[in-house]
Amino acid sequence: MSTDLLTRERLRPLIIALLADVHANLEALDACLKHARKNGAARYVFLGDLVGYGADPEKVVDIIARYASAHGAVVVKGNHDEAVNRTPGYMNDSLRSVIEWTRETLSADAKAFLSAQPLCVREHAMCFVHASAAAPERWDYVDSPAAAQRSVDASATPYTFSGHVHDQELYFRGAQGKMSVFRPIPGRAVPVSAHRNWLALVGSVGQPRDGNPAAAYALFDAARERIAFHRVPYDHLAAARKIREAGLPLSVAYRVERGT
Amino acid sequence: MSAREPAPGSLEPGSEIDGFVIGERVHAGAMGSLYRVCGPAADMPLVMKVPHIRAGESDEALINFETEVMIMPVLVGPHVPRFVAAGDLARLPYVVTEWVAGESLEAVRARGALPFDAVARLGAALADAVHSLHQQDTIHFDLKPDNAIVRPSGEIALIDFGLAYHANFPDLLAEEKRFAAGSAPYISPEQILGVRDDTRSDLFALGVVLYELATGELPFGVPATLAGLRDRLWLDPVPPAARRPGVPPWLQEVILRCLEPDADERYQSAAHIAFDLRHPDKVRLTARARKSDPDPFFVQLRRWWRVRRRRHVARRVPKMQAGSAPVIMVAVDTTNPEDERQPFLQRVTAQILSLSAEFRLMCISVIGAGPGAEAEGPSGAYLEHLVRLRHWVEPLRLPAQRLSLHVIESANPAGALLDYARSNHVDLIVLGAPGPSQQALAWWRSVASTVTANATCSVHVVRVPAQAGD
Repeated sequence: MSTDLLTRERLRPLIIALLADVHANLEALDACLKHARKNGAARYVFLGDLVGYGADPEKVVDIIARYASAHGAVVVKGNHDEAVNRTPGYMNDSLRSVIEWTRETLSADAKAFLSAQPLCVREHAMCFVHASAAAPERWDYVDSPAAAQRSVDASATPYTFSGHVHDQELYFRGAQGKMSVFRPIPGRAVPVSAHRNWLALVGSVGQPRDGNPAAAYALFDAARERIAFHRVPYDHLAAARKIREAGLPLSVAYRVERGT
Repeated sequence: MSAREPAPGSLEPGSEIDGFVIGERVHAGAMGSLYRVCGPAADMPLVMKVPHIRAGESDEALINFETEVMIMPVLVGPHVPRFVAAGDLARLPYVVTEWVAGESLEAVRARGALPFDAVARLGAALADAVHSLHQQDTIHFDLKPDNAIVRPSGEIALIDFGLAYHANFPDLLAEEKRFAAGSAPYISPEQILGVRDDTRSDLFALGVVLYELATGELPFGVPATLAGLRDRLWLDPVPPAARRPGVPPWLQEVILRCLEPDADERYQSAAHIAFDLRHPDKVRLTARARKSDPDPFFVQLRRWWRVRRRRHVARRVPKMQAGSAPVIMVAVDTTNPEDERQPFLQRVTAQILSLSAEFRLMCISVIGAGPGAEAEGPSGAYLEHLVRLRHWVEPLRLPAQRLSLHVIESANPAGALLDYARSNHVDLIVLGAPGPSQQALAWWRSVASTVTANATCSVHVVRVPAQAGD
């Protein structure tokens, strides 16, 4: 990454909404998109796992496909998006039933859209990937400084944005070049200078697991080099009710209800 | 990376950077240079700090610069220099802030022994500044006389946030083990162990500064090795009075309490230190105040053993939350001790205190100024009301170190309460709704409404519940 390119990019004000793990939760997606628009988002990036778990896969894929075609949104593929088109061997029973239900529910167009998305996208100083940039197809969790290090080394860009791990975390290269992790405070912008490596796990829109049911996503201000992690309350009880009504496993509805 | 390698001292006076005209160089050190600058639309004198950054990610000056640029823009108030601008790291890193007029505490100290009331005054001003930072979720981690500038107003501004920590931001220094994150004479025991989120580390450093101002000497010297640095984990310093005869017991009490190796034994809030330094007669003296020698060998040995053991077990230091040691002020109307509001005021006060273990309670009564009365002189009326105040608070059964009583003579009760709250870092004022002497007044003229409207903190107005049928 040359200094020139960074500087040019910085001159163009640009707030990018980073949304991961929507998991077919229409209510949560609507709430986050509304929040992002109100806060000046000019671009949208969907970091994989558009479907799986939730009751509205078709509507969610439809919305995100429209963002991709009309607004040039970036979409990368997640493990659930891939599983809809190809069942891998390692899934447990309840997950398998969710995937089978999603496959039966989705239109051919939606399935084609999911299967057409890339695993990893690099754009200027940024790399977008659902899991680890080190081997995107292996769906490794970035759950330690060492795992973050591998992903950052592979992305070879100052910024790496990911989902898959449903928590909000900001890994950064600290003193002595070692990766450290910071648990961001929702709503507080963090300066992220481009000369240092940063890996942001933006949290899950549709299925937070930290005990707080509010939807999670992040806004990256590429011009001012700042990232703000957000939590957006939405009608999670309605989303859980739809999951029950669709006949999906009760455990999935509980997770959305309680954020666990 | 070689692009951002300005030769040290390369800025010519008169040259211009991003609209700032470079003036005199006022400091040149290993970490960077300071220049006076003139800026566009500047309504105050400015200073530009240019770090000496060499190639390599882990450069100390680079980390310190980044930390400063991250934290300074979000800090407010008279206790920090106002942030103006920062230069791009990729081009020329610099940070421009307000130039704080005044002299450093180091310059004050270097002139020679200070009278004890001046030590207390400067110490209280420093504690005010530290409290202001802590209220903004920031820990300075490098408090020392060099980094404290005494403004002409008497307020102190803290400079150099290169080692600071802000709870909202990633801590770039968290993993740094090569250089101790602090200045050797002032660094707290837990900082030496790598703890980076305890506000009480600043209170330890504050104690070192107080010790230095009071005695002219450093309590732990200037250790040159890590082993020497670690001594303060169990060694207690020579008591100030043994270094400089005449150090008053209350001042020794405050200093040695700040310097307790175990953070739990220290003051828990800078506001409490500021209060004690401003009210020497209200400092509760313990064995610390009377010490004339360091602890006996076996006591130090026991502490050493405890520290060794703690290193082998998981280190456990409670994280301080801002506001976990609140100062609560309750205004008691001692001219109407029998009125029906009193039991309600007592009950509400007890409920509020039960929410925090580390509170300080100030009971305050404002009485009309008698003819020729001193501000807080021992007049007959003063003592009478002090007795009533003590009687009022008795049922709450509070430990003496959490409580202080104040009778103020003033013709303007609301103004007196507000002044007192502001200058003593009160977090919550508790007071009664208009009482018997004010019931004829409109609400907006009452003490309660004036205090509520003008206070700089929260206010809890206690009202006697209306009876059914009223």
